Amino acid sequence: MLRKKSKSPTWNRAGRPENVSFLPVRKTVANAVAATLLIAFAGSSFGATPPTSQVDTTHLAVTDTEVIVGQLHSSTGTMAISETGAIEAERLAIDQINAMGGVLGRKIKVIQEDGGSDWPTFAEKAKKLLESDHVAAIFGCWTSASRKAVLPVLERDNGLLYYPTFYEGLEQSKNVVYTGQEATQQVFAGLDWVAKTKGSKTYYLIGSDYIWPRTTMKLARKYIETVLHGTVVGEEYAALGSTDFGSTINKIRLKKPDVIYAAVVGGSNVSWFKQLKAAGITGKDHTLLTLSVTEDEANGIGGENLLGFYSAMKYFQSLDTPGNKEFVKKFKAKWGAGAPIGDVTQAGYEGPWLWKAAVEKAGSFDTDKVVKAEESGQISFDAPEGMVYLESNHHLKTRLRIGEWRADGQADIVYTSDYIMPNPFPKGY
Amino acid sequence: MNAFYSNWLGGKKGAIELAILAAFIFIVMPLWLDIFRLNLVGKYLTYAFAAVGLVMVWGYGGILSLGQGVFFGLGGYCMAMYLKLEASDPVSTAHQTTPGIPDFMDWNQVTQLPLFWEPFHSLIFTLAAVIMVPLVLAYVISTAMFKRRVGGVYFSIITQAIAAILTILVVGQQGMTGGINGITDLKTLHGWNINTESAKYILYYVNGALLLGVIMLCRFILSSKFGRLLLAMRDKEDRVRFSGYDVANFKIFTFSMGAMISAIGGAMFILQVGFMSPSLIGIVPSIEMVIFAAIGGRVSLVGAVYGTLLVNYGKSAFSESFPSLWLLFMGALFIGVVMFFPNGLAGLYDVYLKGRVESLAGKFKKKNPPAILTPAKTELQNEL
Repeated sequence: MLRKKSKSPTWNRAGRPENVSFLPVRKTVANAVAATLLIAFAGSSFGATPPTSQVDTTHLAVTDTEVIVGQLHSSTGTMAISETGAIEAERLAIDQINAMGGVLGRKIKVIQEDGGSDWPTFAEKAKKLLESDHVAAIFGCWTSASRKAVLPVLERDNGLLYYPTFYEGLEQSKNVVYTGQEATQQVFAGLDWVAKTKGSKTYYLIGSDYIWPRTTMKLARKYIETVLHGTVVGEEYAALGSTDFGSTINKIRLKKPDVIYAAVVGGSNVSWFKQLKAAGITGKDHTLLTLSVTEDEANGIGGENLLGFYSAMKYFQSLDTPGNKEFVKKFKAKWGAGAPIGDVTQAGYEGPWLWKAAVEKAGSFDTDKVVKAEESGQISFDAPEGMVYLESNHHLKTRLRIGEWRADGQADIVYTSDYIMPNPFPKGY
Repeated sequence: MNAFYSNWLGGKKGAIELAILAAFIFIVMPLWLDIFRLNLVGKYLTYAFAAVGLVMVWGYGGILSLGQGVFFGLGGYCMAMYLKLEASDPVSTAHQTTPGIPDFMDWNQVTQLPLFWEPFHSLIFTLAAVIMVPLVLAYVISTAMFKRRVGGVYFSIITQAIAAILTILVVGQQGMTGGINGITDLKTLHGWNINTESAKYILYYVNGALLLGVIMLCRFILSSKFGRLLLAMRDKEDRVRFSGYDVANFKIFTFSMGAMISAIGGAMFILQVGFMSPSLIGIVPSIEMVIFAAIGGRVSLVGAVYGTLLVNYGKSAFSESFPSLWLLFMGALFIGVVMFFPNGLAGLYDVYLKGRVESLAGKFKKKNPPAILTPAKTELQNEL
């Protein structure tokens, strides 16, 4: 069920000039206030751990020492390869939170369920987590289809989901926090960049045939035609799992677009890039901007097939900040040096931290109170990608980055946008 | 009454089996499980329709259909279309570009309800379509195949191809079918909220009653002359043909009936689970349904129900305890059953429990010979 709020504070704030440096300052002040309060609180007879009756009035799995959350990804089936990163990152975040003393003085315990890359199974397991285990929150889902399957269950049982994948937008449920980017955040700034730096006029759009590429390309076409005044010379969708891009590549050679704009997903990605290389379309003399290649996919495709192509993501593993270096080090220490860290993995890492912040702001695990805190517009987190701000429409205000792929499967960040407001229901598209 | 007893219930043995199953579904389960688990059992029991259909088609008809999910899915999609239209009234879809059409159509830039969706506004039409659409498709497929004497493994391959084709069709036409996401967020059946706890109980019982009804109908068919012909056809098709019977017609009837039974399961699935997905009509679920029937013992209608419950219980239990290893356990279960108990659960019952149950009921005299014959023990082993 889509819930669109006609009047949300986002729109009110959108009019105010975005001042990025202002926000962390505000946060520091808030932190100082919170710290003072905390000290005052610790001095009282309650201690830092409020009693369970106070933080849980809706019969969640919360005790004086423990709070149970669910993790619902595919650890088997075709999606397992993509979802493993998110599973690992969420675990890392939860371990770190526990090491810091947990949430509201309670250690987080995880019940992991396997969606098995099968959407009805996702719904079944979500139901199990909420109705049998009474988990306080679920970190999970990857594909839009699995989220759509879980959504009615969440809304019926009033559960919380932290969803890590970049996705098509057109959705805003009070029960979900979308820690990945919605389509407008990923599309517009990337197209601006390619039009400006490459002077592109003609675009060829190609995607896998399902809701995310379809919606994304719809936005892209409109933006190219009305804002950039360019031309879309071809738009094509390949069946999910398709491995033959011969005819597409022939058309691309015929039309000679300035930019190939791609959203091919899953196993098709490997064939798509290998066949491009075989056909002599490489990063050397062609511009290709993809929305669906993270370090995880690059690992499977092979860096040599991607060399010189561009990805539009909010996060790349190579990001050169102290915060990210620390995160990469910890992640590799826990899950092995070979584990690549992609955009969704990093977004998965943000989930438990944002939930912790919202619960602590609410002072309660109750879904309605946590949702209220989430919608307050005051939840933020110093993530590996940099500060992210949870907006009242349940999406994150983040930056977009363009990465240029190297042969070793890592990307050089060539562009970082300003902060972009999430806008899951763009007008006029 | 006597005819009812021997034909519909399958004599003393059949009556005991049915009574145990009915007690299991209607009394033990609801008392033992909370509503969440009971709803899951209800979902598994909808798969049991497909398994029962397969017992008829495969166990008795000797036609191995690897496309039973197609009919399960078609029944489900028909039901889901009705529920989706009801959930997409202009008020609750007011924020869409085109209010009053299902949300996924709006996302796919469809601005008008496709023509074939229109009749699904009517509940009566939908209920008829749940039965008729799969029935007609099964009739067309089986007529085309069996009249040309295509059978055996070729028929299995064709049914599998149809499952693949239908999946691609549904996924590809996402503006009309919901694509890979399926049809989600279903709420009411003719104004009746199917998501409440009481509705779940009612649907569970309706589902159980329908399943028992279907089993009794199959029993009735099998106890007739048709049932004996079916067995004869399975074991020596040519002899039946040379005796002057039109073998194809019998096969067409059996296959179409199996399709219809699966479709009822599909429709009940939608009502209890609340959404439809193309992952239910593809090759994998179709083969899983064959496994349900095989585990249960493919010539036992009641066994198919237990087989379905056991396999799905295993899936849920293993995957909850071992999220990344559970598939291995399931594989071990299948291999174990096929190697050691080729007649599935029903075979186990025959070997170990039957004697005790019958001595328990020994005060009754044996009047009716068992209507159901068991095949040679090694047959399943050979085929798998």
